[in-house]
Amino acid sequence: VFTEEDKYSLYSNLLFKYFLAEGVVCGHDLFVASAKEHPDNILKELPAPLLDDTHRNELGEEATVVKSEDFQDSMKIAWRYQNLPKMEASPTTSTKFGHYYDVSKPMSPELFQSIKCHTFYLPEELSLQPKMKTCNMNSAYTRLLESIQRIIYQEGFDGSNPQKKQKNILRIGIQSLGSMLWGDDICSSDTPKDVHSLTKFLYVLRGLLRKSLSACIITVPAHLIQNKAIMERVTNLSDMVVGLESFIGSERETNPLYKDYHGLVHVHQIPRLNSLICDVSDTKDLAFRLKRKLFTIERLHLPPDLSDTVSRASKQDLAESAKLLSSGCGAMAIGKKHLDF
Amino acid sequence: QGKFTLLRDTRTDGSFLVHHFLSFYLRAGCKVCFVALLQSFSHYNIVAQKLGVSLAAAKERGQLVFLEGLKSCLDLLFGEEEEQSGQPSPLQFISESTSNLKALFDFVRTSLTPSDSDSWKGPVLLVDDLSILLSLGAAPVAVLDFIHYCRVVVCSHLKGNIVVLVHSNEDSEDKENELVVNSLCHHSDLILWVEGLATGFCKDVHGQIKIIRRVSLELTAEQDLVQIYQYKIQDKNVTFFARGLSAAVL
Repeated sequence: VFTEEDKYSLYSNLLFKYFLAEGVVCGHDLFVASAKEHPDNILKELPAPLLDDTHRNELGEEATVVKSEDFQDSMKIAWRYQNLPKMEASPTTSTKFGHYYDVSKPMSPELFQSIKCHTFYLPEELSLQPKMKTCNMNSAYTRLLESIQRIIYQEGFDGSNPQKKQKNILRIGIQSLGSMLWGDDICSSDTPKDVHSLTKFLYVLRGLLRKSLSACIITVPAHLIQNKAIMERVTNLSDMVVGLESFIGSERETNPLYKDYHGLVHVHQIPRLNSLICDVSDTKDLAFRLKRKLFTIERLHLPPDLSDTVSRASKQDLAESAKLLSSGCGAMAIGKKHLDF
Repeated sequence: QGKFTLLRDTRTDGSFLVHHFLSFYLRAGCKVCFVALLQSFSHYNIVAQKLGVSLAAAKERGQLVFLEGLKSCLDLLFGEEEEQSGQPSPLQFISESTSNLKALFDFVRTSLTPSDSDSWKGPVLLVDDLSILLSLGAAPVAVLDFIHYCRVVVCSHLKGNIVVLVHSNEDSEDKENELVVNSLCHHSDLILWVEGLATGFCKDVHGQIKIIRRVSLELTAEQDLVQIYQYKIQDKNVTFFARGLSAAVL
């Protein structure tokens, strides 16, 4: 899983922590790697899981409130739409997949007791010598790969120790890969010294993941990488690519179209494994918002264009968002960028 | 016989064609060398079973030579010293500073050169996908040389076929990839170009495929034949239809 970070990496860190927290709750082992923050600190800040009852009640309340208001209104003008089911903005509570988390509370340490957390903090690892062949890859990446491979082998995630008690899954999280802290200069220069380090790293990592029972989330500061060819290659090498675009600091922050949301979610690619087709959802337009307790991803609703005098600026934004809306995911089809209807 | 087919995808995933050709040639009784760089063996195996062919059985009887790129790369980098006594790894270029693909070519040549006990019809080389070699550090010229040598051996000497998948984008910034793709387009006998629809995602029509028969290469002063169809991928099958005539519309 590959996440393109938003500009200030506030939200991508949140997704990163969600992935790890889900691992804790499901009893998977964790491997956290970072060059920026000590992994122990990251682990301390994982959100606490919500108890099912309270959360479901909250969601249920919201849904019922909405329903009772609209029940009596029948549509006068757009009556053809009357019969369509109401749009479900958030995932329905009936399908339970994964857990929900409360962002305002950190996870209690007892939950960590039963699982093993392996960490890789680059400044601490620099003193050791790599044992594997370097193959012209950045030495930080080499050490990380070596560390991952060693954990997979030692803990038996690749089936090398069949007498281990129970099969478990290793969740790997790598933060801010490709940034300067990892010793890679693709974020700082147009013609980096070694263009292939990141892609080679990803290919070897892909091999390791395919060979073992593990899943990995990587966040990358895509907006800093000057050479777009690298991003294209990285996208081709990943199973799933999600981009987070936050509205902080951009003109969209004050745009009334987006007033309910904090950012957009772009799904660039979804995995197509073990079958000819992939499971694509009906809608591609997703936005996220961070409430006090919850981080939610919802379908993007454009508010109705009610005013008579719509200024030029917002019309252009409408066109922009229409452009966004028409783009699909890489696995299925992406429309051309500029189309006039 | 002796044809070079290029599978090209733009804005969508053309790997369903790779699965098709794999099961097609195996069912036809050809000896296939599959250089699978992107996915693991079990992925291809599961899809092939849906299409009615067992890759494991084909490997057993020697009809299929499968190079699993991911596994081979891991063996190369994490392998112990004593495993090096055998033949050099086909993906040796990753760890060496020279970026020529000679080891990979030797692997292809030895797998497809028929031995006396072989009774298969024509050899086939299938590559999924070529753009990965660029990501792993091979220079575009090295990739083109590799394809050229493979054509000489497989198409001319052994009268076999080659099918190669590449990715391309119209406004791609990956100049090296575009160079390789354009060069291969000029040399191909048949190009199957899979594209996402210009209007974006659609549930019933997954994309369009352009079939270009390079008749112009045969020096008879004819133009290339171009046919365009749209398609929808299902679990075990892909349906093709004329543009605008999807089942959902009719």
